[in-house]
Amino acid sequence: MITVLKPGLLSTVQDEGRQNFLAFGMPRAGVMDRYAARIANLLCGNPLSAAVIEMTLIGASFRFEQNCRISVCGANMNPQINGSIIENWSAIDVSPGDILETGYAKTGCRGYLAVSGGFNVPIIMGSRATYIRAGIGGVEGRQLKIGDLIPQGESPPLSAGPVHLDASYIPEYHEKIDLRVLLGPQDDLFLPEGIETFLQSKYQVTDDADRMGYRLEGPVIKHLDKADIISDALGRGAVQVPGSGQPIIMMAECGTTGGYAKIATVIGADLWRLAQAKPQNIVCFSQCSETDAVQALSAERNVYRAAAKCVAAGQKEVLTTSAGRRKLSMEILGEKYLIEIEEVQ
Amino acid sequence: MEKIRFLIQGETGLVVELGNKIDPKVNTRVQELSQLIQTKYSHLIETVIPTYCSLLVFFDPLQIARNELINRIKDIVATMPEEQSEATGSKTVVVPTLYGGEAGPDIEAVAKHNNLDIEEVIHIHSSVAYRIYMLGFTPGFPYLGGMSEKIAAPRLNTPRTKIPAGSVGIAGTQTGLYPIESPGGWQLIGRTPLKVFNPSVQQPFLYAAGDFLQFEPISALEYVHIQQEVAQGRFCPQTISKKEAGK
Repeated sequence: MITVLKPGLLSTVQDEGRQNFLAFGMPRAGVMDRYAARIANLLCGNPLSAAVIEMTLIGASFRFEQNCRISVCGANMNPQINGSIIENWSAIDVSPGDILETGYAKTGCRGYLAVSGGFNVPIIMGSRATYIRAGIGGVEGRQLKIGDLIPQGESPPLSAGPVHLDASYIPEYHEKIDLRVLLGPQDDLFLPEGIETFLQSKYQVTDDADRMGYRLEGPVIKHLDKADIISDALGRGAVQVPGSGQPIIMMAECGTTGGYAKIATVIGADLWRLAQAKPQNIVCFSQCSETDAVQALSAERNVYRAAAKCVAAGQKEVLTTSAGRRKLSMEILGEKYLIEIEEVQ
Repeated sequence: MEKIRFLIQGETGLVVELGNKIDPKVNTRVQELSQLIQTKYSHLIETVIPTYCSLLVFFDPLQIARNELINRIKDIVATMPEEQSEATGSKTVVVPTLYGGEAGPDIEAVAKHNNLDIEEVIHIHSSVAYRIYMLGFTPGFPYLGGMSEKIAAPRLNTPRTKIPAGSVGIAGTQTGLYPIESPGGWQLIGRTPLKVFNPSVQQPFLYAAGDFLQFEPISALEYVHIQQEVAQGRFCPQTISKKEAGK
C-alpha cells in the first residue's frame, strides 16, 4: 500500500492498456511511454506489463506503507526519498514511512513510479489502466488525489538493493525529437509536395498535447482533394491531418475511429519519445521502411531482455553469500562474468 | 465486387479495405471478415477493429510477417459468400426509449423542422431496425445507418457540454445513442434506461458492430421500472431475430 501525499498535475495508474474492446469504441489507454514504464518494472523485478503510476510534468509525492523496492524512470522529476536525492532510472528499497517526493520534469514530460509487485488496483475489462473519460480503471477511474491508498501486489523475492542500470539503457530527452514513420494508410490522399512538406519540415508541439493526441503546428500539409474520409480505425502513432493541414499524432487514449486522412504512422519503437515531449518542443519526421520498423521493434524487445539480465545479475549476490565470502555470477550485455569477493576486516 | 486494398498503419497495423462507400453490403462483409479473422487467427493477431468499409488488424510482426497475414486473409475472403444481408451471429437489440419531455428536449424542434407532430417522429424513429456500422467516438457509441430522411434534423448550433448517458439523438440523417455522459451537438429526442455500457460485467456492451438496434417507445412509468431493474442487475434486454424487426 502507498499513500498519495501530493497528486501532482495528472497522475494515474496505468499498465499496457486494454486491447480487447477496441472494436467497441473503447480506447486502449495505458502508459504513454512504454519504454520508461517497462524499465521501471524490470528494475523492481516485475513483469514488463505491471501497473505503474504515470506522472505528468509535475510529479507527485507518496508515503510507502510497506517494505518494497521502488523505481522512478522517464522524465527527470528530481526524485527524493526523505529529502535525499535518488537516481532516476535506478531502484531503491524503501521502508514503511519513507516519503518519495518528485517535482517538475526538468527533462522529459512523464515520470513513472513502479513498486515491486506492481499496483494492485482492480482489473477492469482486462486492464488496470485508468481511462478518465469513461471513469474506469486505476483508482476509481480518475486521477490520483491526496489521501488515496493504492494497494500493491505481492513483491517477488528480491536481494538487497539498490539496483542500477547501465547508462546505455538510459535515454536522453531533447528539445528536438526525431520520429521515424511508415507512410500510410492514406498517403495517397496527399499531394506529393504535401508528403515532402511533412517529411522535411519542423513541427512544434502545441499546448493541445495530451494522452489522447499531440497536436503539432508547422507548414501546412496539402491534401490532394479533401481531408475527410469515411471514418475508419485508428491506432497509436497514426498521424491524422485534418483540413487545417496541421498534423495530430494519436497517443495512448486516442479514439478507436476517426474521419481524417492519415498520412503516416510513427513507428512503435519511437513513439515513446513523443510521450516525453513538452509543448514547444520540435518534432521532425523521417520515412523508414517496414523492414526498419520491424527491426526497431525487435531491437527494442532485445533491450528489455538484456536489461532484465543486467538487473538480475546485480541481484544474484544474495544467493551465493556465505560468511565473509561472496561469489557473483553476472551477465552484462551477453558477457558472463564470475566474480569472487572476500571481505577482509 | 470492389477490389480489396491492403494498407499499412504502422508496423503492427494492417488495414483491409473492402470498399469505399457507406453501404450495408460492404459493411456486412467487413463484419463477417472481422469475425472470421478473429475466430481463425486469434493466436496470431492482437485484435481487429471493424469500421464502415474497412477493418484494422493489429498483429505482432515478429510473430507473423505482413505478407503472410495478407495471404491468410485473402484465403478467408475467398471462402466468403459474395453477398449476405447480415453478418453471421448478428442480432437486433431492442432499446426501450422514453421519447420527448425531459428525456428528449429537442423532439419538438425535430418535429417542427420536418412539419410533423411528435407522435409521427416517434413512430418513424421506432419503426426501423438500424444497422450498427461501427462503434467509436466514445465506448459503445453506435454509428447507425438507415434512418428516414423524414425526421432528419441539423445539429445544434451550440453543442451541449453534458448529455446524460442513454440519450437518443438525431444529427442530419444519422441517429444514435450516448452510452456515457459526454458533450455533443445532436438533437435529443429521447432516453433509454438501459445501461448499454457496463464495465463491471463480462460482456460490457449490449451490442457489437454488425448488430441492429430497434428503438421501442415506452412510458415514463415503464422507464422508471426498467431503470430500477437495470440498477439491480435484473433487466435482460430483449434481442430479436432480424426477420421480426422493423415490423
